[in-house]
Amino acid sequence: MGGSGSRLSKDLLAEYQDLTFLTKQEILLSMYVVSAPHLVDEQQARSGNEHTGTPIAERANRSPLSARAHKRFCELLPQEQQSVEASLRAQVSFEQILSLPELKANPFKERICRVFSTSPTRDSLSFEDFLDLLSVFSDTATPDIKSHYAFRIFDFDDDGTLNREDLSQLVNCLTGESEDTRLSASEMKQLVDNILEESDIDRDGTINLSEFQHVISRSPDFASSFKIVL
Amino acid sequence: MGSRWVWNYRPFLELGETESHKNWGLPPGTRMNPDTRPPSPGSDLRMRCEEGSQVGRGGRHSRRGAPGGGKGAPQAGPRDSQGPSPRGPGGAAQPGPAGPASAHWPPGVLCRSFPLTPRPLPRFPAALAGHSQEPSPYDESEVHDSFQQLIQEQSWRAAQEGLELQQRARQAAGSGQHTLLGSEGTHSAATLRILASMPSRTIGRSRGAIISQYYNRTVQLRRRSSRPLLGNLVRSARPSLRMYDLELDPRAQEEEEKQSLLVRELQSLAVAQRDHMLRGMPLSLAEKRSLREKSRTPRGKWRGQRGHGSIFSCCGWLRYACVLTLHSLGLALLSSLQALTPWRYALKRIGGQFGSSVLSYFLFLKTLLAFNALLLLLLLAFMVGPQAAFPPALPGPVPVCTGLELLTGAGCFTHTVMYYGHYSNATLNQPCAGPLEGGRCSPGAGSLPYNMPLAYLFTVGVGFFITCITLVYSMAHSFGESYRVGSTSGIHAITVFCSWDYKVTQKRASRLQQDNIRTRLKELLAEWQLRQSPRSVCRRLRQAAALGLTWLLCLGTALGCAVAVHVFSEFMIQSLEAAGKEAALLVLPLVVGLLNLGAPYLCRILAALEPHDSPVLEVYVAICRNLILKLAILGTLCYHWLGRRVGVLRGQCWEDFVGQELYRFLVMDFILMLLDTLFGELVWRIISEKKLKRRRKPEFDIARNVLELIYGQTLTWLGVLFSPLLPAVQIIKLLLVFYIKKASLLANCQAPRRPWLASHMSTVFLTLLCFPAFLGTAVFLCYAVWHVKPSGICGPFRTLDTMYEAGRVWVRHLEAGGPRVSWLPWVHQYLVENTFFVFLVSALLLAVIYLNIQVVRGQRKVICLLKEQISNEGEDKIFLINKLHSIYERKEREERSRVRTGQAAIPPTLLTDERDA
Repeated sequence: MGGSGSRLSKDLLAEYQDLTFLTKQEILLSMYVVSAPHLVDEQQARSGNEHTGTPIAERANRSPLSARAHKRFCELLPQEQQSVEASLRAQVSFEQILSLPELKANPFKERICRVFSTSPTRDSLSFEDFLDLLSVFSDTATPDIKSHYAFRIFDFDDDGTLNREDLSQLVNCLTGESEDTRLSASEMKQLVDNILEESDIDRDGTINLSEFQHVISRSPDFASSFKIVL
Repeated sequence: MGSRWVWNYRPFLELGETESHKNWGLPPGTRMNPDTRPPSPGSDLRMRCEEGSQVGRGGRHSRRGAPGGGKGAPQAGPRDSQGPSPRGPGGAAQPGPAGPASAHWPPGVLCRSFPLTPRPLPRFPAALAGHSQEPSPYDESEVHDSFQQLIQEQSWRAAQEGLELQQRARQAAGSGQHTLLGSEGTHSAATLRILASMPSRTIGRSRGAIISQYYNRTVQLRRRSSRPLLGNLVRSARPSLRMYDLELDPRAQEEEEKQSLLVRELQSLAVAQRDHMLRGMPLSLAEKRSLREKSRTPRGKWRGQRGHGSIFSCCGWLRYACVLTLHSLGLALLSSLQALTPWRYALKRIGGQFGSSVLSYFLFLKTLLAFNALLLLLLLAFMVGPQAAFPPALPGPVPVCTGLELLTGAGCFTHTVMYYGHYSNATLNQPCAGPLEGGRCSPGAGSLPYNMPLAYLFTVGVGFFITCITLVYSMAHSFGESYRVGSTSGIHAITVFCSWDYKVTQKRASRLQQDNIRTRLKELLAEWQLRQSPRSVCRRLRQAAALGLTWLLCLGTALGCAVAVHVFSEFMIQSLEAAGKEAALLVLPLVVGLLNLGAPYLCRILAALEPHDSPVLEVYVAICRNLILKLAILGTLCYHWLGRRVGVLRGQCWEDFVGQELYRFLVMDFILMLLDTLFGELVWRIISEKKLKRRRKPEFDIARNVLELIYGQTLTWLGVLFSPLLPAVQIIKLLLVFYIKKASLLANCQAPRRPWLASHMSTVFLTLLCFPAFLGTAVFLCYAVWHVKPSGICGPFRTLDTMYEAGRVWVRHLEAGGPRVSWLPWVHQYLVENTFFVFLVSALLLAVIYLNIQVVRGQRKVICLLKEQISNEGEDKIFLINKLHSIYERKEREERSRVRTGQAAIPPTLLTDERDA
């Protein structure tokens, strides 16, 4: 990273802190992760963070490995993008983001990326999108914003409500997509019927955002499980 | 996916025709009007007003259609004036006041404004389902217009179609509430489009709706928090909007206009509050930033105006600023604490591999560590430290340490600060200059010496009091989070929506979680089906008999354990007098530990016999039985210590003995837990992998492990009075347990197969820690302080009848001291000694509890009523949608017949337009 701490100007860092639920350390860490996703494996993170608790970014400033990481990231970028602003604006493709250990095993990873992507083609994340993502999944984010984004993640066809197809797709994600792991058709129908029966308060056949948040508010486990620890 | 979440700030004037198609995902030909192309200022105006009309009705509750909905903004296009709101004045039965032009619709108007021609219709489902195109904001506006017009038209043609509609309505009523559920697939595309543009559905996806929602929240926040500010602000900023929330505002508002409203509202908030508000908005960072930039610029101006405001507003602002500063200070403190969080990576790894359920065990362990650290800090500062600084003369030669003391706690440890007996009963001749003792300096006596008995009593008391407050507070907090009124229903929905653990980072763990969720869902469905068909009486009887039998057996086990402990301790008292060997001291802890270890396994085997309806209940029952067992054993032991030992060890220091005994129990508990981890997890894993060839590793039994932690903590609390350094021992033990359990977990175990309601469970854990454990300890200690005579040869209370006497002596001393501190004896006399005060407080407490129960009951009722109301509204919605649907169908039929008879409904201009597009 060669000093992502210095690369992110103080003002920008303060702004990110104000507008997201992340702490300074987390922002620096995410900068680090975005810059070199392929280098942050668990070993490195452990060596960086477990014992002394010093922020990984500070540590990274010193270590030659992370300097290399930053260099490699800059090599990936075209020449004119190597300035600070440009590298902040640079888009990281989904494949790179999805290979992060934090997202790798998540069945909703594509949906998460799509929901948070602001690029016109919806196929890449900028650094700020990534910060948004981490902010929503952080410890301190409000349950409200968490449930809002959960709703958007579960809304597979992006039509603003969870209909039967969304629900069955969601259940398939939860149980595993393959033929032998998914529920049988009758079970699925029964389950979706029950879900709609329980949560579709206005009986219009779909679950809208407020109904969804109503369900979520009754489950305190949601806020503790809807988290990604960087 | 298009650009739905991307804001386009460019005014519509700049949009070329093709670009607008691209950006809005507009199905070509749906709105094209011969006079709108090429794009001209006129068409832009049209678009704006359509956009606006959508937005204006796009707020929530717009179905209520506030009166006067047609009197739109000045730039309202011709169609807006054609369509007064359905419930507007005079709009019900006859043509609205819009004039004769709307009475007889030229066929082209309808076709132009919303596509009913057969050609565009098939496009819509594709747009709805596919990811390439979706209903754009423009579509929504159109749909709203069409919705409105249709309702209007339908109302004045009601007579003609009454028969058909009634039939439909009857069908709808006949098939129950799920009409729409079943028939949604058969609705025409236009109806689907109307459904998609319903306000309740747009909140989930449209920026405008999000912004207006947050605008409303900001308004509410501002009104609630800083009312005095409102007056001088609104006058200058929003003359016309003062009384209306946006959602009730009938006028057309564009997204940008909404945004500027939001910006204005944000400007009126203080900086920290604004940032807090912005942080919680579900918008992207860039959008938040632009909102913040916009709301930041005129801040100085507002501040200047504030200066001229009344004193009242100034006060309010000041108070507000103080609160906000404190809030941000707290946040900063919190975030810095978070940065210091120990074991962050270890906890992440555990969470990633085993999910929240196992993580809750480790978090509970961390909580216990914090409690102990707090207690230890107090004890060190006020008791151990001063005593270590002024060591009393030792009664005899120090025995040589052999190493066995680490287990027994006796021997060379006996005459150290570790135990009660070491503390002196005298005042340490030290003028109270140190900051530590400052709290105990009475103002009259300039150099009051440090009174050790008092310090002992007060420190333990204060430590327990603080622990109690923290415990009750955290318990109440977690109760508030995990139990909501009416949270029992909706298990399927909650399981599907909330059961995925996003912390899980490993492929294998993720697969395991999927397996667990699948099993859980299947179980739920099976249970649900079982509940649909009632069980037979015979089966129920059998179930009840099995349940009763297992409970009886478990209670018998607990009783047996208690009796065994009692008998054995009596035996130990007699044999110890004879033998007096140090190693023999370890026998009782060993026996108790073994009972503690073995009996839960027995209970688990018994539990396998009984049929349980739900796995959660099973866990609770297991916890309950374990708890009863542990309580029985601990109760017997307490009796043994305070009832028997005090009598037996009359000439010796019984407090030291009890302290050592508790130390031994703690150490033995730790050793047995190590053995259990080794044999129960490691060896069992090896056996099951090598011999039984099973793929599954043993499960991590969270409930049992947590109960062990609670048991250890109870021992610690019991011993604090007799052995002040016991919390330190417990801290060391917990640290070791953390690493050992973590290693064993990662190597030998897998996550429990049952889904685990982590937050409910942590609430239960805290409750158990508070109620039986802490409360029981408090009772034990109170008894020891108030009623038991301290031993005469050692400890700070050696000359007194009870430990509490120390306090009384001090009060008497103060009474003699002078009039300046006379309030203290008064407080003591009337508030502590007098029982009336205690009665009063408890009566008040009971009254408050009763009131709260009643309030909750009332809220439940309100919730039920609201739910009923919502479902009624939903039925209304279905009814309207069905009506709409029928109208569409009829229209389609008419169109078809008209086309067939050669009367073209579509003007040729429009046809060419569509072809072009």
